[in-house]
Amino acid sequence: MPAKLILRKEIFEVKSGMTVRSALEKLEILPESVLATRQGELMTDDELIEHGDEIKLISVISGG
Amino acid sequence: MKCKTCGEKAAINMRQHKLALCKEHYLSWIPAQAQRFIAKYKMFSPEDKILVAISGGKDSLALWDILIKLGYQADGLYIGLGIDGGFGYSDKSLHFCQRFADRRGLKMIVVDVAETYGSSIPELNSKTPRGKDKPCAVCGTSKRNLMNRVAREGNYDVLATGHNLDDEAAVLFGNTLNWLDNYLLRQGPVLEAEHSGLVRKVKPLFRFYEREMAAYALLKGIDYIYDECPHSEGAKTIYYKEILNQLESNRPGTKLIFYLNFLKAKERGVFAEPEIRKEEMKACESCGQPTMAPHKCAFCRLVENT
Ligand code: SF4
Ligand SMILES: [Zn+2]
Ligand SMILES: [Zn+2]
Repeated sequence: MPAKLILRKEIFEVKSGMTVRSALEKLEILPESVLATRQGELMTDDELIEHGDEIKLISVISGG
Repeated sequence: MKCKTCGEKAAINMRQHKLALCKEHYLSWIPAQAQRFIAKYKMFSPEDKILVAISGGKDSLALWDILIKLGYQADGLYIGLGIDGGFGYSDKSLHFCQRFADRRGLKMIVVDVAETYGSSIPELNSKTPRGKDKPCAVCGTSKRNLMNRVAREGNYDVLATGHNLDDEAAVLFGNTLNWLDNYLLRQGPVLEAEHSGLVRKVKPLFRFYEREMAAYALLKGIDYIYDECPHSEGAKTIYYKEILNQLESNRPGTKLIFYLNFLKAKERGVFAEPEIRKEEMKACESCGQPTMAPHKCAFCRLVENT
């Protein structure tokens, strides 16, 4: 079962076993512009994405 | 990754500081850093009465939270712009601010532009002769005027806004791309009141990355409005922030150095004084704030026309 990354209304599928940072890079999402959360907990960039994870990405950039 | 302080699992890693912290230590690190910057840049002291401009977004609510935690006397100011955008943007953002203030028993001043002046920001904008599709210019003029007005009327010593490093670096990037020397001269974390009609302005979060403030709000359980003002979409600021974040991804610390070195250059006198200084500007006949116009300032003329 692959893992899911959710950013606003978009859902991306990624393979488990990769780090958050490499998943973001693969999807061309700047790591600086989001926070990754799993079950409400913040994840650091080096954490491994596990089977069936649903990772919510919180966009941190606002228009100001 | 492990917390540098306690060795537990880290909640956040800040590459620009080579620092990873767990939730508990992050939540104490941020206010401690804020206090360092407040002192270093001589922003205010515990005796000062502070007015915090709040929008319902993560930065301004986090700022208010931090100031209260540090023991400062800080009241909130919410300006109701009357922007709907199909999802009740202004109503929603007021709701987040109200709830934040109520839960903590804090004082919040609400100024609703439509109630006070008869027209909302989008309405004021459509009535201007140069009415553009985006109300941002009218909105900016109005917010500035009202913040000064409320701060002076309430005898506040200082107005604090939630601008973070990404906000400031993006503005600096725009100002530099266009060599807007007057703007560059006036950009900074502390703006003295250069005219009797103005209040002193400070930005206590200016050294924190936007990502750090979002993490603080999240870990602290601060509910904020995640949706943007509908007019900010496609704004230049976001575009500049993205460019800076691309640089940051390859070289952590780039944004911070860009901004801090600008402040140092300014101290060395790289930018010349403008020809017209604020003290020499006239006071608006109606509100007393500085203006180049002969009688009334842009904001007072704007609300009079309606
Ligand atoms: S984006 Fe919205 S809040 Fe910001 S200046 Fe424009 S209208 Fe005002
Ligand atoms: Zn810790
Ligand atoms: Zn005026």
